[in-house]
Amino acid sequence: MGVRLGGTDVIQDVTFAVPRATCLAVIGPNGAGKTVLLRALIGALPHTGTVAWAADTVLGYVPQKLDIERDLPLNGHDFLRARAALAGSSGSMQAEALRSVGLAEKVLSTPIGNMSGGQFQRLLIAFALLGRPNVLLLDEPAAGVDAPGQAQLNEVIHGLQETRAMTVLLVSHDLSVVYRYADYVLCLGQHGACFGPPRSALTPETLYEVYGQPVGFHVHQHS
Amino acid sequence: MASRWDFMSISTPELGSLALSALMAVAAGLIGSFAVMRRMVLAADPMSHIALPGIGIALILGVNPFWGALALLLLGAVLIWAVERRMRIATETVIGVTFAVALAVGSIITTGEELIDALLGRPGTLTWREAGFGIVGSLIVIAFVLRRRNALVVRLVSPEIALTSAVDVARLDLQFLLAFALTIGLGLRFLGVLLMGSLIIIPAAIARRFARGLGTMLTLSVAVAVGATAAGTYAASLAGRPSGPFIVMVAGGLFFLSLLRRRET
Repeated sequence: MGVRLGGTDVIQDVTFAVPRATCLAVIGPNGAGKTVLLRALIGALPHTGTVAWAADTVLGYVPQKLDIERDLPLNGHDFLRARAALAGSSGSMQAEALRSVGLAEKVLSTPIGNMSGGQFQRLLIAFALLGRPNVLLLDEPAAGVDAPGQAQLNEVIHGLQETRAMTVLLVSHDLSVVYRYADYVLCLGQHGACFGPPRSALTPETLYEVYGQPVGFHVHQHS
Repeated sequence: MASRWDFMSISTPELGSLALSALMAVAAGLIGSFAVMRRMVLAADPMSHIALPGIGIALILGVNPFWGALALLLLGAVLIWAVERRMRIATETVIGVTFAVALAVGSIITTGEELIDALLGRPGTLTWREAGFGIVGSLIVIAFVLRRRNALVVRLVSPEIALTSAVDVARLDLQFLLAFALTIGLGLRFLGVLLMGSLIIIPAAIARRFARGLGTMLTLSVAVAVGATAAGTYAASLAGRPSGPFIVMVAGGLFFLSLLRRRET
């Protein structure tokens, strides 16, 4: 597939496949088109080529850090209630979604512009869960979240993939997350794209290709 | 004189027009809440300008100017929607440019007196058709906001999220702009288009300073709009002047009062 915006090919000749219940990490330098790729996949941008989802696919989307005005008079309850009403989902689903993302019910009375980065990202994931998705697309969910919060968010996302057999497409800058959680990795760079399991796709050479400079990275061995 | 505002002695047409202005205020408070949350504050004013060429054209054609104004307001809403979709630039820019042009055209083809009437409202009794339209139009706007508030909330936070929540964003945006234009049109006869823009924006701007949730936001905005309309109409009747400017002065006064309260966040 490819995406052309304002006369420029932002994404060109990208081909990849994601098996059910696996995690694909999308990496690449700023401006490589990671966000554009996700937006094209959810149908918010026109694209060339073909995107084929399984027939029963229900998408959930968690956008990149949203800029919410601090005084916006919408709180977490309003936001989740709106999604629940649109999806016709029950109150018990909301409680379950909150539990899945580890968000306390009392946080919901805070206006969404006043929530911490971690709280709001969890809220967005809970929001997506109310639509009963089986594919979750997340655009740098941990951006703007402190280090412990990032680790928790990554655990939440990984947990969802395991317990709900979800397919996860994740844009991430954090290569350690990619190695640890992703089954496949798609790298978008200035000189084309690479795709494969992290250990074979992410060699120092391909990272150099993708980022256009040497990327120092030490692969931890996780048991 | 005093007996005029004695409730028992209010005649049926007066009661009717009071009810109608209250209904219009409810519509203004509701649509204004979402307009303010969507940062369309500055859009209301220029948007109202497009009514002017409509009035001029209607007068040339010998039609009730009200319908000409309404037709162009709705057309303007469609225009903004189409331009914004194609060019992906902010609504406010498009509205600002389009309606500055409309104001220029309108001032050429409309005479001075009609212009003032359209901008500031014309006192006098309503025809049945005008009253009927006011009621139906207000109810359409109220029903739209209340029924679609969930989709509007999600759209407001992020259009992409709305898309994956099965919301037809393009359609919703068009409906919102039409409802917004309709609300301005509603006020044409009473407040004048310029002042109607203020009745849409000011109560919602006040509510935003206090509300920490959607329910409070909508309730407060409606309460201020209705309260300002009632108080302004009363003050105008005492002074024997058109009600529009009084209503906006009350609303504006409340806004400046609300600035005294510092927001805790």
